Amino acid sequence: MPVQIYLADEIMTACLGGEIDHHCAKYMREEIDGAAQRSHPSVLILDFKDVSFMDSSGIGLVMGRYSLMQELGGELRVVNLSGHIKKVMKLAGLDRLAVMETGGTSK
Amino acid sequence: MKPVNEMKLTFKSRSTNESFARTAVAAFVATLDPTVEEMTDIKTAVSEAVTNSIVHGYKESISDIYISAAIYPDNRVVIRIKDKGCGIEDIGQAMEPLYTSCTSGERAGLGFAVMQSLCDKVRVSSRAGRGTTVTLTRKISSRGGQDE
Repeated sequence: MPVQIYLADEIMTACLGGEIDHHCAKYMREEIDGAAQRSHPSVLILDFKDVSFMDSSGIGLVMGRYSLMQELGGELRVVNLSGHIKKVMKLAGLDRLAVMETGGTSK
Repeated sequence: MKPVNEMKLTFKSRSTNESFARTAVAAFVATLDPTVEEMTDIKTAVSEAVTNSIVHGYKESISDIYISAAIYPDNRVVIRIKDKGCGIEDIGQAMEPLYTSCTSGERAGLGFAVMQSLCDKVRVSSRAGRGTTVTLTRKISSRGGQDE
């Protein structure tokens, strides 16, 4: 499953898996947006633990969810970024949006 | 300098083939014994160029994308991704970070920026109405006999 979504106490976690490219990002986006629109979480966590590859489509995915959470008045967190994914996100300046968390649980 | 190895690939501009294209190029480059990081950099750059051809060149219609790759004796890999799509009117503008012609808000406009940061050289040639060719050059660190 490329995306699994869990909701607990207004915190929605979307566990992304596999490879994020233009082809897969569309499906992930629809799943996440659908769930977020239904439950209006105060925090959306995108978990990249099981993501094995990401190109700039992943940046679009994060930026789009960032705007969505701003619209919903909530916040976005991006967690468990491996070296390569962090590198691509830093290219986009996503580290400056202060949503990137590498934390103790990162690989 | 003559290449020591070459390959050519033609495939349809279906988005499922983005994964096929970058994996095929990676398998070709694997003969040079690149590091994991070098391999991922190349896969990412190829993925960006192929996505551009699918999304912008062919505007999601189905046509052919051509990839050729060559390995040179100095461990340089040169990869050419070519489409016969709509072409780019203004290459300078297309290569500007964050510029995108896509209005859905889901494309970051960072494809060329990613390619440029992950490759040693990126060359784009394009003619409106004729198509676009992106040439990526990346040198692979020579690890032969120097490991550990």
